[in-house]
Amino acid sequence: MATVIEHAHGHPVDEGEHYVPLEYTEKDDSLKIFGFWLFLTQDMVLFACLFATFVVLRTHIGNGPDSESLFDVKGFIEETFILLTSSFTGGISTFYMRKKRAIGTVVWLLITAALGAAFVSLEITEFLHYISIGATMQTSAFLSAFFTLVGTHGAHVSVGIIWMISIVIQILRRGITPALSRKVFIVNLYWHFLDVVWVFIFTVVYMMGVIH
Amino acid sequence: MPPSHLSHWGLLITGDPLIYGADASIALASIAIVYVLTKYKKWKWLWDEWLTTVDHKKIGIMYLIAAILMLFRAGTDAELMRTQLALPNLHFLGPEHYDQIFTTHGTVMLLFMAMPFIFALMNIAVPLQIGARDVAFPYLNAISFWLFFFAAMLINISFVIGGSPDAGWTSYAPLAGSTFDPGPGENFYLMALEITGIGSIGTGINFLATILKMRAPGMSLMKMPLFTWSIVATSILIVYAFPALTVVLALLLIDRVAGAHFFTITAGGNPMMYINMFWIWGHPEVYILILPAFGVFSEIVSTFSRKTIFGYKSMVFSLLLISLISYFVWAHHFFTMGADASVNSFFAIASMLVGIPTGVKIFNWLFTMFRGRIRMKMPMLWTIAFIPCFTMGGMTGVMLAAAPADYQYHNSYFLVAHFHQVLIGGTLFGMLAAMYYWWPKVFGFLLDERWAKWAFWMFNIGFYVCFEPQYVLGLMGMQRRMYTYPSGLGWTDLNFISTIGAFIMGLGFIFLVWDIIYSIRYGERDLTGDPWDGRTLEWSLPSPAPHYNFAVIPHVTQLDHWWELKQQGRQDELRPKASEMRPIHMPKNSGKPFLLGLAFFVVGVGFVFEWYALAVIGFLGVGALLLARSFEAHPDYHIPVDEVVHTETALGRL
Amino acid sequence: MKGKQQTRRLLTYAGVGAVATVMLSGCGAQYQVLDPAGPVGQQELNLIVASVVLMLIVIIPVIAILVYVVYRYRDKPGNTAPYDPHFSDSKVLEVIWWGIPIIIVAILGTETVRTTFQLTKPPSNATPITVEVTSLDWKWLFQYPDGHVATVNYAYIPVGVPVNFVLTSDAPMNSFWVPRLGGQEYTMPGMAMTLWLQAAQPGVYYGHGANFTGRGFSHTTFYVTAVPMDKYHQWIAHVQQTAPALTQTDYRQLSVPSVIGNETFSSYPTGSFENTVLQDGGKYMAESMQMMSKLHPAAGSSTMPSGMTMPSTTPTHKTGHKKHN
Repeated sequence: MATVIEHAHGHPVDEGEHYVPLEYTEKDDSLKIFGFWLFLTQDMVLFACLFATFVVLRTHIGNGPDSESLFDVKGFIEETFILLTSSFTGGISTFYMRKKRAIGTVVWLLITAALGAAFVSLEITEFLHYISIGATMQTSAFLSAFFTLVGTHGAHVSVGIIWMISIVIQILRRGITPALSRKVFIVNLYWHFLDVVWVFIFTVVYMMGVIH
Repeated sequence: MPPSHLSHWGLLITGDPLIYGADASIALASIAIVYVLTKYKKWKWLWDEWLTTVDHKKIGIMYLIAAILMLFRAGTDAELMRTQLALPNLHFLGPEHYDQIFTTHGTVMLLFMAMPFIFALMNIAVPLQIGARDVAFPYLNAISFWLFFFAAMLINISFVIGGSPDAGWTSYAPLAGSTFDPGPGENFYLMALEITGIGSIGTGINFLATILKMRAPGMSLMKMPLFTWSIVATSILIVYAFPALTVVLALLLIDRVAGAHFFTITAGGNPMMYINMFWIWGHPEVYILILPAFGVFSEIVSTFSRKTIFGYKSMVFSLLLISLISYFVWAHHFFTMGADASVNSFFAIASMLVGIPTGVKIFNWLFTMFRGRIRMKMPMLWTIAFIPCFTMGGMTGVMLAAAPADYQYHNSYFLVAHFHQVLIGGTLFGMLAAMYYWWPKVFGFLLDERWAKWAFWMFNIGFYVCFEPQYVLGLMGMQRRMYTYPSGLGWTDLNFISTIGAFIMGLGFIFLVWDIIYSIRYGERDLTGDPWDGRTLEWSLPSPAPHYNFAVIPHVTQLDHWWELKQQGRQDELRPKASEMRPIHMPKNSGKPFLLGLAFFVVGVGFVFEWYALAVIGFLGVGALLLARSFEAHPDYHIPVDEVVHTETALGRL
Repeated sequence: MKGKQQTRRLLTYAGVGAVATVMLSGCGAQYQVLDPAGPVGQQELNLIVASVVLMLIVIIPVIAILVYVVYRYRDKPGNTAPYDPHFSDSKVLEVIWWGIPIIIVAILGTETVRTTFQLTKPPSNATPITVEVTSLDWKWLFQYPDGHVATVNYAYIPVGVPVNFVLTSDAPMNSFWVPRLGGQEYTMPGMAMTLWLQAAQPGVYYGHGANFTGRGFSHTTFYVTAVPMDKYHQWIAHVQQTAPALTQTDYRQLSVPSVIGNETFSSYPTGSFENTVLQDGGKYMAESMQMMSKLHPAAGSSTMPSGMTMPSTTPTHKTGHKKHN
């Protein structure tokens, strides 16, 4: 007689056996984390296409400025420092989440979101400055590519901030449930991914743009 | 220049009786639908059972219905085109109208007929084949469908309001930029494809996760049905190619509506960048279209030859090899764009190489039939018709891959004949074979064979009569996308014959639809769930399957597990036993995917007509719906064991 | 319906269809690609034939095996053919059907690469003639650096001499195709691409645009007339003496989207081709710049050719003109 095995809904691993992080304890949540990794790889391809476009068009400056005359080193170093720090603070929130410490999780998520907001506002200031001196998206192919690549990243960060705040609200209402542990984990995956993309932007767009 | 037929009255397109006729049909059809739903009090039923479903089986049915409707729409486009081309210098369709029709014909056939047909099959078959209760992310599955649906709505209203896109389904810059093609037409194309593209990426992620993580115990990767394997390969292609489309179309849209310079002639734009990025998506796309058909043929050849598929490992390997190579051939779509000889040589060789694993599959199918016992049911007829048709198409593909020769074929009717041969002979025949094959499982009755045979023969004969002359026309120097041609070049006879073939194909389609209508009433009911003496797990369930699919998840030990059990008289092992049942965890229905699609539709309309307030409202709607979903604490429920017992007993399984 | 009858029916239709296609199309028609009038087209045809032959090595067995298998292994009562439901593996067969296609691709690939490189430029033992081609909406402008004349919608070339067509576009991307002389190549704004063609015998050769450019695309026909070299020079001299000059105004008029007949000009503004390439983004296309400076040592730099003023970034003739008549 063949045995038939039922897919149980999911059960937490016994304490004392090998450690499983909180967000992986339910099969459903593990599956969603896997799906999110797949989503991130797709987003990687998306950014890769934007990078390719930028690299092809970076010297196509038309009648407009080139990157050397445009970028302010201090500005993008600040942005980088803030964003990288926010990834670290996001990691701390994951640490608290795994200990099921709701307040710790919430505090560090809010700090991360705040740093993200600081990053976005610096970036918006940067863009507004360029526009005020006549370097707009309509000026040249280089600027179209620059605004689109960096702007897409900034838009992703903005979405992440709203997302984090929504998770904070849910945690304050319900505490650290398995589903919410998964959400904290996933939003941090997203955040770290955006950090990696920023490292590439910093290198390919800004550093290579000011060094000749 | 011949005078323009088309003009506007506000946003409405005027000036052509065909368009007025279409307007009238749309209005009448809409009124009829509303009337029927109201008269029979079916609005709640529609909402509860279909608009809010997250069940993969129903989503599959909706994709299938959409695909058949779009086949009708784009097929009508084709008949109009062939009518215009039947004789030289006709003015049945003026150039503007013709340009819109060939653009929508290609766009709808590829993205709104073939893709949903494939998604239909994925939804209908994959969870059942792997012994799962649904896909990994049912809610996302519903979102993917509604994004597709509303994108289809967007592209289909374009010829009535604002004008259809008219720069070809490839929409090359700079022709498709705002300088040479102002107006909403191209924007319809861009927004519709963006929206459906997001849905497609969702489907790719969903099915990869489903197949990799939700197979029944014992079903290792090398014991999966080959259709499921083909969907693994297809999903990989979808997830890693569609983002390129998302980007390239977004950039063209930004050029058009925001005045940017990605692909413009001035201020440093580079139109060749558009072409490269478009085809970096475009080539994997055509493999997305053919690999599921290959998977279908593997199932059908094996089932209807009563024989194990030949060379299973080789078949898996070739699927993955084709997927890999397909990322390295994109420049063969523009050999004549002036890349230097080494670049063209690389892409030529890669394009020839991709034909090798494809050829291997054909031989494996032939040798599956060898020493089998072949039953000529409709799925098998379509499969047998596919082999010579697609092989010839593949042959002309390798001919096209020889880059210097392609300088004489490119953008001629030789190319048109090639891609129709592989798309129709490969993709469409595969989709139709699958439709006949899985129809009983989905609907509980078989499609009548007599009418199906009429459809089959009409379609096949019509195909060859329509398209084989087009190879010759290409060699005679006729280019594609011409709304008319002069007499005196000797092109008339073959064009006329080709038109006759197109109408025979149209007849075939009518028989297909009649078959469906007839069979709803008179088709043989499928009482066992296994009308074909099938090999894979879906045939162990009743037809249609209960909404939770498997009352008890089976344990699998081999390839073609169901078939092997039947051969040993052990099929009852897959009947559920009440003692082994547990409460079944299921996702709740939700209206949010439908509303999300609607919100994206609003965004689409906003960008098409550059009414940005509308686009903002649409985006806010999207955001609100996403947040609402995030805040939902309990999007799921459990089916209690008694209910499962009751359902299974009613189905005669307990 | 019995399988034998079905198969026979299928073959009959296929056979009738094939014969009908060939016969009905045979009368007075021109299979331009199959009837090359020059060495480029001939080499391309050789490759075409080679690819057909090599592909038949695969196609014919596939069809033959299919017909045999469908006929022999039908699920009919009384069929004595062997039934082996688990026969699903054969190393020998795998080696054959991986190996033979690999060999075929190796052969065809080698021929393809060889021909690709060979056709990039004319043989070095002959001095080529250059003709500059600009695709416009919906007409073709030909400019002849030797002789400094220009024509619209028709071209003259000498027989037996390689012709370097230098291609650009001042409109959407088109493609320059004269099927009897050889394959096509794209005409792109901001790029100067070379296409080598050559006529081996005198004649008038049909040409057409081969990449969709909008409403008037179907009317982008042109004819290339090949005449012996002495007649070619005579023609140039005749044009120089009798035709009007092509002025800037005339060029702007040509840029307006329209379909017109043939036109002839005895001269054109110096450097107008280079100027067209530059103003459409040529300065970003290094290869095009290099190529133009090889053809015209004075031009191809960022300084303007004499007699021209640099237009603004948005040339006035490029307004949205899709809906005009």
